[in-house]
Amino acid sequence: MSRKIKDIFSLGVIKDNPVFRQILGICSSLAVTNLMLNSLAMGIGLIFVTSLSSLTVSALRRYTPGHIRMMVQVLIISAYVIIVDIVLKAYFPALSSALGPYVGLIITNCIIMGRCEVYAQKNPPLASFLDGIANGLGYSLVLMTIAFVRELLGFGTVFGVNVLGPSWVRWVIMIMPPGAFFVLGLLIWATNLFLPANEAGKASSAGGGR
Amino acid sequence: MEMSPFIVFMASIFTNNMILANFLGMCSFIAVSKEKSAAWGLGQAVTFVLTGTSVINYLVYHYVLVPYGLVYLRFIVFIILIAAFVQLVEMIIERYFPVLHLHLGIFLPLITVNCAVFGVSLFTVIRQYNLFQAAAFGFGSGVGWTMAIVALAGIRQKIKNAPLPKGLEGAGITLIITGIMALAFIGFSGIIHVQ
Repeated sequence: MSRKIKDIFSLGVIKDNPVFRQILGICSSLAVTNLMLNSLAMGIGLIFVTSLSSLTVSALRRYTPGHIRMMVQVLIISAYVIIVDIVLKAYFPALSSALGPYVGLIITNCIIMGRCEVYAQKNPPLASFLDGIANGLGYSLVLMTIAFVRELLGFGTVFGVNVLGPSWVRWVIMIMPPGAFFVLGLLIWATNLFLPANEAGKASSAGGGR
Repeated sequence: MEMSPFIVFMASIFTNNMILANFLGMCSFIAVSKEKSAAWGLGQAVTFVLTGTSVINYLVYHYVLVPYGLVYLRFIVFIILIAAFVQLVEMIIERYFPVLHLHLGIFLPLITVNCAVFGVSLFTVIRQYNLFQAAAFGFGSGVGWTMAIVALAGIRQKIKNAPLPKGLEGAGITLIITGIMALAFIGFSGIIHVQ
């Protein structure tokens, strides 16, 4: 079992990373990456939703009729996203307004439904839960990396703490939308160069994209 | 918010473009931008669905969810309405416009999961638009999205045979092109200020 857990994590976080390898879920991944704090909040929310909806989908997989499973999955995911939204609004109002509509957009994040469809539909609940955490973690890592580059170059700070000193000339472009596109494009390039594609991972993720 | 629907329309095309400023609808933006004709077809379908769903979701939100205090259910309700609307449109087009269905048919199911459609409905609520602004915003976002994806498809067709560095083919170069397009669109940002 421990070996399987290790496999799940190494696939989800590195070898088959949802953003780099499967180009999934970048809609919401880019918009919140101008500050690391926003990305962290988004990442935690996504891990919560992915893991719990995978768990629920997997637990209900024997009772869900095949032809309406998509609708059931969307409803399960929406329910968890609503929880995230309410918790953010209640306890972190500033963060909630900074993330704006992107909390709700977690529902349309292809990663979650991709994992439900590809993995949770065929595997037992516990493994699906871990798979959800692994993929959420892989996604969050990418978010944090992009946010790190953008915040460091754009504001000269990391998590709001100034690290590059007052004389740092801010790269304003990094805070604006083009910066996100450039950083993600270059990151994908670097991943393709340094982490050779994993054939087994490709097979497991086939059909997950939309 | 006192802003004429026309201003909202122009803003959603140029200064607040769904893809280039808000990153919405990226999945299909990258997947379907290999050919201009496919991009154009998807763009038309998205524009149509966006206009319809932004109005429907506006009406349902303000006349059903708010009066009954069910605002927290908006995510589920919006998603279901979008899915239902797309299904309905597909059936109508299939029945009455078979030629158009041949052209747009494969794109319609894709739209249900297009983040832009859902995002527009959420923005409409957050920015407190009225009905006309919501309609203008939905239509403008669709036009802006279509413009961006057709332009990108044109560029990608031109560079199809260009020698790219290893590992940059596909998603990597597409994102960088998009970044340059977004850079160009920042030039419009002085015209109108939204939010």
